[in-house]
Amino acid sequence: MANEQKMHEPFIRIANRDNISFAKKVCIRIASVVLALIIDAVFILFVTGLNPIDVYIQIFRGTFETSLRFAWAMRDMVALLCIGLALAPAFKMRFWNIGAEGQVLMGGLATALCMIYLGGNLPTPVLFIVMFLTSIAAGAIWGFIPAFFKANWNTNETLFTLMMNYVAIQLVAYSTNILRGQASSLGTINMATKAGWFPRIGGYDFTLNIIIVAILTVLMYIYLKYTKHGYEISVVGESENTARYAGIDVKKVTIRTMLISGAICGLCGFILVAGNKHTIATNTAGGNGFTAIIVAWLSKFNTFYMLLIAFLLIFLEKGAIQIASIYHLNDYIADIISGIILFCILGSEFFIRYKLIFKHSPNAQKEVRVND
Amino acid sequence: MTETIIAWIFRAVQFGTIIMFGSMGEIISEKAGNLNLGVPGIMYLGAFAGFASAYGYETSVENPSRLICILLALIAAFAAAAIGGLIYCFLTTTLRANQNVTGLALTTFGMGVANFFGAYMLEGEVYTAAPVSNSAFQAKIPFLSNIPIIGNVLFSYGFLVYGAIILAIILHIFLNKTRAGLNLRAVGENPATADAAGINVTKYKYLATTIGAGISGIGGLYYVLDYNNGIWATTGQIEALGWLAVALVIFTTWKPLNVIWGAYLFGLLYWFYNFMPTLFGITNAERTTSLYQMLPYLVTIAVLIAVSIRKKKESQPPAALGLPYFREER
Repeated sequence: MANEQKMHEPFIRIANRDNISFAKKVCIRIASVVLALIIDAVFILFVTGLNPIDVYIQIFRGTFETSLRFAWAMRDMVALLCIGLALAPAFKMRFWNIGAEGQVLMGGLATALCMIYLGGNLPTPVLFIVMFLTSIAAGAIWGFIPAFFKANWNTNETLFTLMMNYVAIQLVAYSTNILRGQASSLGTINMATKAGWFPRIGGYDFTLNIIIVAILTVLMYIYLKYTKHGYEISVVGESENTARYAGIDVKKVTIRTMLISGAICGLCGFILVAGNKHTIATNTAGGNGFTAIIVAWLSKFNTFYMLLIAFLLIFLEKGAIQIASIYHLNDYIADIISGIILFCILGSEFFIRYKLIFKHSPNAQKEVRVND
Repeated sequence: MTETIIAWIFRAVQFGTIIMFGSMGEIISEKAGNLNLGVPGIMYLGAFAGFASAYGYETSVENPSRLICILLALIAAFAAAAIGGLIYCFLTTTLRANQNVTGLALTTFGMGVANFFGAYMLEGEVYTAAPVSNSAFQAKIPFLSNIPIIGNVLFSYGFLVYGAIILAIILHIFLNKTRAGLNLRAVGENPATADAAGINVTKYKYLATTIGAGISGIGGLYYVLDYNNGIWATTGQIEALGWLAVALVIFTTWKPLNVIWGAYLFGLLYWFYNFMPTLFGITNAERTTSLYQMLPYLVTIAVLIAVSIRKKKESQPPAALGLPYFREER
């Protein structure tokens, strides 16, 4: 024992935490958000000179002031959540699908093309089925291409899917340029006939979006947790070699999972165009394809945590738009505030996975004794 | 005809220089195993800080010196971008957060910071300009630039264009001929082995990511003060350029010397649509612009696929790219 203490001991040691209690986990997460809110408050105070409490009250109002605002927040949340759900199986398999933005756009483009060329020619139910099928096919193709190369030649999927986004964006730009004719933009599709628009339920166009994503949230939870596919995905994600020894066809699982991931992104494009925007543009996905990556990762692929995180991010975005209009700031403040919150949450994961042991803390002494 | 070709090359070289800085910074970072997807955000930070300091100096002094404009802008851009890299490295290396997610968060953050504070300079206008700094950054090489054709093609750019080429050569020598460069590559290939060989992995990761981010930031600065004629406006343009810089890293197969021609090739492809009608007599160009602007990305995908199929040892990404390194979990 005497010898051990003479040895050079670093000031802080890092050790794995084996099993952390649920309460402690929640505490660390809440602490990280509180820390982020404090940093944001300091930032707001110094930069704008505004009282942070007032600003936070305005942020709260951004979502909760009227029922319409709340409905809008729900509408945007399900769009983000839907992409998060799409990414969850891919990420769980450790396949970095950064291409959701493009997959959503392809789905949206397919939907818009159906609305333009088939709207009015087909009976409504058939039209919806065609829109649904083409959009998920378009998204799935966009997901399949990088998966095919990853499965066969181990092509880096992070970079591949990232590039596919821009191919999709330019394709959408090209299509809208052709479709708009002489007009300056494409404008609302089927404004008069409303062919291919989701029916209005309870006063909102987008009620169906919320219902679809709610069902999908439950289905994805079951798929990942209780099905054979979900199990295979998690084994491949843990270790490809283990998966091979266990007789899992890694190639097949990779491609199948990315088809599903792309298809759900395509579905998101479908509900965005049919149930919300009623048009297609390069910004239809609005960067949600990237934000959803953060949503999926932070929730550790649990679809119900995903709902919470998606809500938090949309709440902040709406709040920032509110403070921007009240205090005449620009709404890029939303990016700063959510950036800081994300940094804090990402950093806090460390304290969930590891514990710090200080040189002179009683814990360290105890550990040394155990080692003896 | 000749004039159009010269104009095309000129635009391509300018465009190439933006992404050249962006991807040289990213190469250094990736050589240390850090796949930093925060490049667009970092370029925004550099662009904003560089422009803001030059603009602030220029508007507050009666006779602004062009040299001070240049120095201030360069230092501010490098420092702001390096801070972005530092945040990334702290989160991924020290706190072991996921690299992809952290990078994307940094992109959001950098874009937010640049456009939020940038609005204070705009004072309600759509754009604002820094003419003195712009002229300093765009100054042509005297005498040589007057030579017909050659002068136009080779000697008519701002100094950062030449700076980028020199930096690419320096990086090539650094990565291939110096001990520090070899150590850096070892960290990106196999951090556990590097650690066992006595290389301080954490130190290399921090230095590479921070300095790399600083270099990427200069790309943003070049965009505002030279390429965009010294005009600051709230746009999403830099984001697309940042991703193109990431694409260029793949295209060059992580080699700084390839960045030089790769960047100009991307520039030629990107501006192809603009010069196509006069050069090749292809009409109806406006509508098909987007298809031509897709080319750099398609070419990158092709390279990515080719590299992975051919499995040539020299052109692979660093083996530990994107993977975290924890000594305890070795």
